[in-house]
Amino acid sequence: MSRSEFAFRIGGAAGDGVSSTAESFAKICSRSGLHVATYSSYQSVIRGGHVWTQVRAGLDPILSHGEDPDVLVCLNQQTMDIHEGAVREGGVLLYDSESVKTQPSRRREGVHLLAIPLRRMAQQFSPNALMRNTVALGAVVRIFGLDMAHVESAFRDIWSDKKPEVAQQNVAAARAGAEATGALAESKVLGRGYSNIARPLMTGNQAICLGALAAGCKFLAQYPMTPASSILHWMAANGPRHGVVVKQVEDELAAVNMAIGAGHAGVRAMTATSGGGFSLMVEGLGQGGMTETPVVVVLVQRAGPSTGLPTKTEQGDLNLALGAGQGDWPRAILAPRNPEEAFELTAQAFNLAEIYQTPVIVMSDLYLSEGYRTVDQLDFNVPIVRGMMAADGGTAAGGYKRYKNTDSGVSPRILPGTKGFQFIAATDEHMETGELISDVLAGIPEFVEERRRMMEKRMRKLAGLRKDTPPPELWGPVNADLTLILWGSTQGPAREAILRVEAEDGIAVNSLEFPTLFPVHVDEALAQLRRAKRTLAVEGNFTGQFSRLLRAETGCKPDHVYSKYDGEPFAAQEIANRIREVIA
Amino acid sequence: MKVAFELQTYKSEVKPTWCPGCGDFAVLNALQKAIHALQIEPWNVLLVSGIGCSSNLPHFLSTYGFHAIHGRAVPVASGAKLANPELHVIVTGGDGDGYGIGMGHFIHAMRRNLDITYLVMNNQIYGLTTGQASPTSEKAMKTKSTPQGVIENPIDPITLAISSGATYVARSFSGDAKHMAEMVQGGIEHKGFALIDCLSPCVTYNKVNTYDWFRQRVYDLQKEGHAPGDIQAAFAKAIEWPSVQRERIPIGLFYQVHNVPTYEDLEPALAKGPPVRQPLGVDNPDELIASFL
Repeated sequence: MSRSEFAFRIGGAAGDGVSSTAESFAKICSRSGLHVATYSSYQSVIRGGHVWTQVRAGLDPILSHGEDPDVLVCLNQQTMDIHEGAVREGGVLLYDSESVKTQPSRRREGVHLLAIPLRRMAQQFSPNALMRNTVALGAVVRIFGLDMAHVESAFRDIWSDKKPEVAQQNVAAARAGAEATGALAESKVLGRGYSNIARPLMTGNQAICLGALAAGCKFLAQYPMTPASSILHWMAANGPRHGVVVKQVEDELAAVNMAIGAGHAGVRAMTATSGGGFSLMVEGLGQGGMTETPVVVVLVQRAGPSTGLPTKTEQGDLNLALGAGQGDWPRAILAPRNPEEAFELTAQAFNLAEIYQTPVIVMSDLYLSEGYRTVDQLDFNVPIVRGMMAADGGTAAGGYKRYKNTDSGVSPRILPGTKGFQFIAATDEHMETGELISDVLAGIPEFVEERRRMMEKRMRKLAGLRKDTPPPELWGPVNADLTLILWGSTQGPAREAILRVEAEDGIAVNSLEFPTLFPVHVDEALAQLRRAKRTLAVEGNFTGQFSRLLRAETGCKPDHVYSKYDGEPFAAQEIANRIREVIA
Repeated sequence: MKVAFELQTYKSEVKPTWCPGCGDFAVLNALQKAIHALQIEPWNVLLVSGIGCSSNLPHFLSTYGFHAIHGRAVPVASGAKLANPELHVIVTGGDGDGYGIGMGHFIHAMRRNLDITYLVMNNQIYGLTTGQASPTSEKAMKTKSTPQGVIENPIDPITLAISSGATYVARSFSGDAKHMAEMVQGGIEHKGFALIDCLSPCVTYNKVNTYDWFRQRVYDLQKEGHAPGDIQAAFAKAIEWPSVQRERIPIGLFYQVHNVPTYEDLEPALAKGPPVRQPLGVDNPDELIASFL
C-alpha cells in the first residue's frame, strides 16, 4: 500500500530556530499541494529549554498533528534523548554527527541514521549558526521528494526584506543538505505524487483575524498574552490596511472597555486574550450585557489555573466564560472546532453581537490557535447583519427609548452623533429611556416591577441567540455503539480516533459536537443524546466542565468522561484507546 | 446674537441627585455653559463617566452619554473616540474613579494624547460609599476607613498629568463658577488630552476641605503671570499643592502645548476618515488569501 501521509519532527533549544524551520517545512508542504497540520511544543523561555515542532502532511485531509514521526531532526542531544524512541519503524533519524550521539537500544527496528555535520557544513555558506537548520531542511525536503523550488520560494519570502545573498546562501545550504542524504534520497515519497497546487496555510488565530476582517471588524484592543498574542501581531501588521484600529493597551481592563466604547460608538469591535486576561475583563463584559453594547471577545485558552502552563493547551475556561460577570446577562459562547470554523464563527460572532446587542465570546485554545493548518476555501462574502437601528424604523425623535421593552428583548439601537436620539447608556439598572432606577427609584413598587421587566427583556435575547447559533452536529454513523461528546479543537483527534477504531476494530462510533456552548441547544442535544447507546465525553479539563453544563441543561449525564489536563493536546491514539476500553 | 442652541437645550429632564451645595453643580453648569458657548450640537457630544456621585453627571445633560463601570470611563471614552473621532468626547468622574481605581488608564490615556476632555470632580473623599479616604485625601485626614488619619501621601494629579503627556492641564474651583467655565471651555477647545482637576467640595463627608477652606487658599495662576507654555514653570506651580505646602493652592491653566499630534492624528487606520463610516468587509479577499499560500 502506498503511503498517503508523513510526519516530520524537529527538536532543539529555544533560540535554535526550531519553529521557524518547521514553519518553512510546513509552507513547502502546503505549496506542494499537501494538507498540513502542525503542533509546536514550547516552553515559557526565550533561550534554552526544549522545544519541538511536528509537521504532518498528506495527500488527504489531515485531522491532527499526528503521533510518531517518520523523520526526526535532532539539533541537540536532549532532542535525541527524548524523541529517539518515537521515530517510526523504517523512519529516518537526522542529527549533527559532530555534537549528537544516538543510543541503539532506544530505537525501533529499521530506523535509518542520517548523520550529517550540520554545523560545519553550514559554515561554508554563512557564519550564522541557524544556517545548520537550513542544511537539515534541505535533507528532509529531499528525503520526502519535495520540489526544491518550494524551498527557494519559501526562503525568498522569509528573507524578502534582507539582502538577496541571505536567501541565496540558504538555498545553497539546503542543496548541500539534500546532497548529503545519499541513499535515503526520495525514500519517503508519498504514493500519488504532489500536485504542487498551493493550499492556504494558517494558524487558528489567523483564521480568527480573517473572520473578523470579513465581518467588518474595525477595532481591536488587546494586551499580549499567550496564546492569544498572535491575533494582535497579525492584526497590527495587516489590520490598518483594512481600516482596523489596532491597539496594544495597558491591560485587559482597558482592552475590553475600549472595545465596548468603540462598539457603543458604532464600529464592530473586538478584544482577544487568554484566561488570565479574560478574568480581568469580567466586569467589563457585564457592562456590555447591561448597557446592551455589542462586543466580540476571543478567549484562547491555555492550561490554568492562574499563570498555569502558559504555552500548553487546555479547555478549562468554560466555567469562567459561562459565569463571567455579576448577576445574569445574556451572552453567546461559540467554540470553533477547526480553522475554517474559527473563520466562520468569528464572523458570525460580530453579527450576533450587533443583532442581540450583547457580548459574544469565541472560545479557542492553544492547540487550535497556534497550530498551522491548510484550510479549505474561505468564503469572505459573509452576510453582514447589523441588527435593528432606531433610525431605520423611523422611531420619532424625542420619544426615543433606547431600552424599549420588546418581545425579542432587542431594542432598536442608535449611534452617538445621530441628531435627536440622545440617551444615556447606563451600567446601573435603568428604565426604557436609560434613566436610572438605582438612585432614587429602587424599591418603589412601580420600579420594582420595572426592574423585573428590564431583567426579563435582556434575558429574552437568549431565545434568539439559541435560534441563531449553530446547533450540535452529529458526525459519523447514525447507528453507533458509542457517541463521543466534544467541543473545540478536540474534533480533529477525536474524528481521527473514530476512523481508526472503525478501520482497525470495526467499532462504530460517532461524535456529537457542539460549536455553540451557550445558550445550550437543549432540544437538539436531547434528541441526539436519547438516541445514543452510550456516551463518552472527551474534554480538556479536570472537572468535565461542558459535561456538567450539558447535564444541568438536559438532565443527561455522560456515561463516561475522558478528562485531559496535562497540558498536551489530545492524540487520536489516546482517544482510540479510551474508546476501546469503554466498548470492552 | 441669535444662536442655534439655547443654554436650556443642553439640560436634560433628569434632576441632579447631588446633595444641596455639592461642588459638582458648578462643574455641571460650567460644562453646560462651555458646550453652549461653543454651540456644539448636543448629539455630537458623548459624555462618558464611571461610578460615584459625580459620575451621574451625564444624566443631567441632553447629550449622548455612557455611564460606565467604576474606573473605566477613560478606556470606554478612548474606544469611542477612536471609533468616531468626530464626536466631542468628554469624560466626567471623581477622584476615586480617576485617580484611584482608574489611575492606570488615566496615565496611559494622557500618554496617548487622545483628543478627549477629562473633568475630575475632586472632593478628596469617597462620597457615594459614604465617606472613606480617597487618593487625594490629605495626610492625617480622618475618615470612616482611616479613623486614625490617612498615612499615605495624596496623589498629585497635575504633576502626573504634565509628566504623562497631557497637553492641557488645568485646575479650577467650584466656588468660582466663571473660572470653572473658562477652564472647561479651554479644555474642550484644546486639540489633545485636557485634564481639568475640579476642586469640588463634598459638603456631607469632607468637613476639612470646604468652600471656605479653599476660598482662603486658592489663587489664580494667570493673574500671577504664569505662562502655560513653559513646562518647567508648570511643574514648579504644580508641586506647590499638595506636595510642598497647603496654604496657597494654584488654580488656572498650568500647562498647555499646542500643535502636538493627537493619537488620532497618528493612527494609520483613521487616515480614511472615521472608522464608524467605513464600509465593512474585505475588498480583495483573493489577495488576502494569496498571502497565506
